[in-house]
Order: sequence, then structure tokens, then C-alpha cells
Amino acid sequence: MAEDKKAKKTNRKRNRAIMRLAILSLLVLAIGYTIYNSVTADDVEVLKVGDKAPDFALEDMEGNRHKLSDYKGEGVFLNFWGTWCEPCVKEMPAMDRQYKEYEEQGVHILAVNIAQSDFEVQSFADRFDLSFPIAIDRSKSVMTAYNIRPLPTTVLVNPEGDIQRIVTGEMSEQDIKGFMEEIKPQ
Amino acid sequence: MEKMQCKCGHVNPPGTILCESCGRSLTEEEQNKKLADMRYEGTARRSQTYNKSIIDKIWNFFSSVKVGVSIIVLLLIAAAIGTILPQAQYVNVPVRNDATIKAYYADVYGEIGKIYHFLGFHDLYSSAWFIILVGMLAISLIVASLDRFVPLYRSLKNQRVLRHPSFMNKQRIYAEGPAPEDSMQKAEEKLKALKYKVTLDKNGLLAEKGRFSRWGPYVNHIGLIIFLFGVMLRMMPGFYVDETLWIREGETRAIPDAPGYFLENKNFTMETYTGEGEDAKFEEAIDRVGSVAKNYQTDIVLYQTPEESLPGATDEIEEVKEHAIRVNQPLKFDGYAVYQMDFRQNELRAMTFDLTNKETEESLGSLTIDLVNPEKSYDLGNDTRVDLLGYYPDFSGFENGEPQTETPIPNNPGFLVRMFTPETPDGEVSFIVIQNTIEPLGENQYKLTFQNAETRDVSGLTIRKDSTLPILGLGGLIFMIGVAQGMYFNHRRFWIQRQEDGGLVLAGHTNKNWYGLKKDLDQVSEFASLPPYIDQQEEIEKQEKLKKEQKLEGDELS
Repeated sequence: MAEDKKAKKTNRKRNRAIMRLAILSLLVLAIGYTIYNSVTADDVEVLKVGDKAPDFALEDMEGNRHKLSDYKGEGVFLNFWGTWCEPCVKEMPAMDRQYKEYEEQGVHILAVNIAQSDFEVQSFADRFDLSFPIAIDRSKSVMTAYNIRPLPTTVLVNPEGDIQRIVTGEMSEQDIKGFMEEIKPQ
Repeated sequence: MEKMQCKCGHVNPPGTILCESCGRSLTEEEQNKKLADMRYEGTARRSQTYNKSIIDKIWNFFSSVKVGVSIIVLLLIAAAIGTILPQAQYVNVPVRNDATIKAYYADVYGEIGKIYHFLGFHDLYSSAWFIILVGMLAISLIVASLDRFVPLYRSLKNQRVLRHPSFMNKQRIYAEGPAPEDSMQKAEEKLKALKYKVTLDKNGLLAEKGRFSRWGPYVNHIGLIIFLFGVMLRMMPGFYVDETLWIREGETRAIPDAPGYFLENKNFTMETYTGEGEDAKFEEAIDRVGSVAKNYQTDIVLYQTPEESLPGATDEIEEVKEHAIRVNQPLKFDGYAVYQMDFRQNELRAMTFDLTNKETEESLGSLTIDLVNPEKSYDLGNDTRVDLLGYYPDFSGFENGEPQTETPIPNNPGFLVRMFTPETPDGEVSFIVIQNTIEPLGENQYKLTFQNAETRDVSGLTIRKDSTLPILGLGGLIFMIGVAQGMYFNHRRFWIQRQEDGGLVLAGHTNKNWYGLKKDLDQVSEFASLPPYIDQQEEIEKQEKLKKEQKLEGDELS
């Protein structure tokens, strides 16, 4: 009898400890998660390396439709730019040279202009004699989907369709070459 | 701590003040009191009973009301300090990032500003320590409520009718004395008529009313917890959206944080009161301040992409509805609300020029350049045309002979043109900015003369979504129910016992509103001829007052 009681008592104690631990840890977890969210609140929607690259469809200046998911198995060098952005302008010729080198190896460049006019974009392309496709994101919807803030931003999409790397700011030709290697299909 | 056995034989949990069964005082301190401590029915708050493992210690810490109140006080102080300097979101910096905001506090408020920023007061509600403090309050609410509610519930559920005389005579309302034979039955009858729940046991009676009022504080705490949960959700992505969208007349833009939705700005209007006719009452104000705004309005069209449509494929968007957004009359769709918040007027939209002979000032025709979508070439007929070689919407100077643009917005449009006329079939190159013409390749015969400009307005909209509002509302409602339950209802109880000598003993207790309890008892006493009761609390106070007065008199005499 006495042992029975004792066993019951230790049982109850254990249950109590488990119950209290459960309640306390649940609440501590909730607080921790809240802090995590508040710390990362500003960039929580920004894409991260390793995320699936959001699919989109844009028409380039020649009228060809480019759908990101069509390039599965190949690398995509996604460059967001504007004619008013100096570093964007500077890196374009280097991009063009590397494009010619890597296109046959399965790396595509798509330069996405942020909502400028056809005239501005076309005369810019003519001026630098750019050969890669350029598309205008007229409603800024691709920019919104990728949460692009500063220009230039380059998003490197690997053959699996995942984001390999996000580059903000100007790239040297050496950088561009290295990035192309990273997303080159094996 | 050991379990406590009462003289009546009942074994109480450690920490109990009044025996759960008969109501005898269990502690010496309690025995010496004139009135019983009826808080939580004299049960042991669970927190006080065990203090063994580290978990128990943490639990006990949060169970303390003192700790809970201290947390609230700390939160209040923090919130008060947070109002001394402006919060980061209201700080005016040209480029908004962590570094500039930090610098702002240091520059404007000096050393104090630095400390303020360092401690996180500049963005109080997002400060880790503030969130931890609120979280600790939530833990305290839950733990303290559980520790008190469970024993109280058990105690009230299992309460006995017969209580020990020492319990009875320590109640505030107490009566004893002879009473007629039928007074117990009559009291029962009357108490039932007064909507009391009456239980009988041997020679005793327990009448009870409004027990649910005792749950008020706990219901109230549940409401608070739900409210805090809602506030927590607000910080999760997707639950709370607060974005700004600048949209020009004629533009169609993706709505930030509302995937698949687009807005087109058809027209922005700002109206002011004229001060005449019906608006005459504004005349004085208009004279004083110049103009009084009557309406800010953006006529928009909402579009949605069909399902499975991709970003970028804007040609597929379908119209959902047209709407006029006015101040306080937002566009609402799918949980989102789009408000009119700001505007900029008169941004350049198109410019008209005349192609004129510089000498004769004779015009060969005019052309209008659409600044949003300029054309490559403008044909004026008669072998006369103007080719656009370059367009720089926000001209900022030359670099290596190349015109530069600072932004994509036509604040200071520059045009590089080649003009062809029958007289100049090879074309003349000219660079035109507002109020200035440069002829880079030598003197020209012709020039473009500015005639007029079309402008458009830019509307500043705010996109809001708050999925936590129903949760916050529910929390608030439950909070208020709890308050009403605890405040406007009372838990009233009477214990009556027939003693062996034929006399009656009566005790009464309520958690608040003793006046109401006495009114009930007056009716019952009259109907059932119960012995007259006394309010022991008042007696004690009276005696103390008397003592004080006597002491004062004594002081005066000596």
C-alpha cells in the first residue's frame, strides 16, 4: 500500500514537471520565434540563396518570350538594371563579352530593365551593341516578385532552378566570368 | 513541505490556510486572525507548495503576482521612455537604413541619443528585450492563472455544507442566537426565491449565487493571452502588410506584397473649396491659409492575373473593378485596403516643340514628345522630320561627352535630336534641355522652340492588410467579458447551521458588494426570523476608531 502511494506520488511529480516544462518551453519558443521575426522583419520577403527562383515570363525587345522555367537545366544570369544607374551601364559591355563566351555552354543572360521606355532601352542596347536579350518589366511585377531594391542586382539561377547567388552592385568582368562558371550546367 | 492534516481528519495539500473540508484555520497566523482570509478559498496556491527542481523554481517565479506586477511596471516605464525621443519610423533621414538612423540619433540628440539608440528605445516594439518582457508577462499571466484557478476551481466544486464553528465565526457577516423551529425551512424557501442555489446536509445549509463571477479574472487573462498572440502574429510574414506605392497617372503597377494584383492609376484629382456658393463658410479659412483641400482622389482600376499566370506577363491581367480611392475611403479587396496617403502634382508628361528657323522665326510644324514613351522619329511632312537620338529624363550633365540621367523620372528632360528640313537635308544635331539648347556640331539654322508641356500627377498610396484584427478583436471581447463577469456579478454565500441547543449560527461571504449581500440577508432574516447579524469588519473598524479617539483624548489630557 505504502509503496503504491509512493509510486503514485513520484508519478504525479513527474507529470507535473513534464507539464510545467512543456508550458514553459512552448512559451519560450513563441517568444524566440517572435524575436526572430522582428529582427528579420525587413528582409523576410527578400529571396535567399538556395530558394527556388520565382518563375516569370517577359517579352524581350525582339518580341521573344522568356519564361524562366523554360531554362531548366541551364544557368540563367538575371540582371536587373536601368539606364540611369551608372554601375549598370559600366558592367554591360563586360556582360556582353562573357555572354558570347558562355551562351553555347548553356548560360543565358536576361537583362531586366525596370519600367523604362522602349526608346531609352533600345537606344541603350544599340549604343553598346548588346547581343543578349533585354526585357522591360513594365509593371515592376518581376522586380516586386524578386524584391529588388538597389540597382544593379544580379540573381544567378542554377540549372536546378534555385538561386545560386545574389549580387548587388557593380561586377567586374572577372566576377562575371566566375559567376557564369558557377551556374554552368555540368 | 508536508501535507497538513486537519483536526477533522481531512488531509490538505501543503500551504493550505483553511481546511478544504471543514474550514478550520490551519496556520497559527490564521488562527490568531479575527476574520478568515477567504482569498482563493484559503487553498494553497500551487506555486507555493513545491520548490524542488529548477523548472519548479522558474514556474514559481512567474506564478508570483508581485513578479507579474513588476513586469507590467517595467513595461510601462519602458513605453514612457520610448515617447521621449521620436521613434525611428518618424525620423526624417534622406536615405533610410540602420546606419543613417543611428547617425541621426547621435547627431540630433548627442550622447543621450546614442544611448537611446543603443538600448533599442528608438524602435521599442521591435526591441528584443521589450518583446522578451512582453513574453514574460504572457508567461506570468498563464502560470499565475493556472496556479490559482485550478485549486480554486477544485475547492469551490467540492465545498462542504457543514463548516467548523471557527470558520463560521471568522466570516465577516456572522449571526448566532435562538430562532424558531421552522426558520431553516423558511430561510431555504426565501433564499431559493432570491435565486440562490441551496444545498442541505444534516443540520446545515449552504446557499450560493453567482459562483461564475469568480472566474472573471481568468477569463480576462485568456482574453489578454489571445490579444498578445494576435500581436505576435502581426510580426509574422503575411499577416501584416504596410507598403507604399507611388503610381503615376496612366501607369499600371504590381501591388507590393499582394501577389497577382495590379493597379492602374486613371486619374488623380485634388479639389479645393472655392469659397463661393455652398463653400462660403470656408471663405474665412481660405483668406487666412490660401486654400482648403476638399478632396484627394485617385481613380484606379484593379487588375488580377489569372491563376498560374506568371509575373511579367501583364498582358494577361483581367480587370477586377474600378474604384475611386479617397481619404478614408480605401479600395478593399481580398483582405487588403489601399488608402490615399500622398500625392505629387505636375510631373512632366509630354513636351511640345516647334521646329523654327532661327533667323526668320518661321515654324515648320510642331511635335509632341511623349516622355513616357518617346518615339524614334517625328515626321512633320514636306521632307521635314526630327529624329530622337537620345532621351535623358533627368539630365544631370555630361560625362565623356555622353549626356547622363540621374533618375528615370522626367524631372529635367534632355533630348539629343537631329533635325531634317528641305534646307538642311543632312540634318542638324541639337541637344535640348529646359531653357537651354546646345549645338554640339556647330551653328544650326533651325531649332526646337519649346511651346508647352503636359503634366500628370503622382499618387501616393498605402497598401495595408491586417489579418490579426479578428484575433485582436476576439481577445478584446473575451477580456471585456471577463471584466464584466468579475465586476458586475458577485459570488455570494450563506452558511446556516442548527446547533444542538436549538440556536442558529449563520455566516455570509461575498467577493465584493457587501451591501448587496446584506440586502439579501435582511430579506431572509425578516422572513425566517433569523438572529440579528453583525458585520465583524465594521465592528473591528469601529473599535479601532474608538481606540484611536480615546488615545487622542488621552494625549490631549496629558
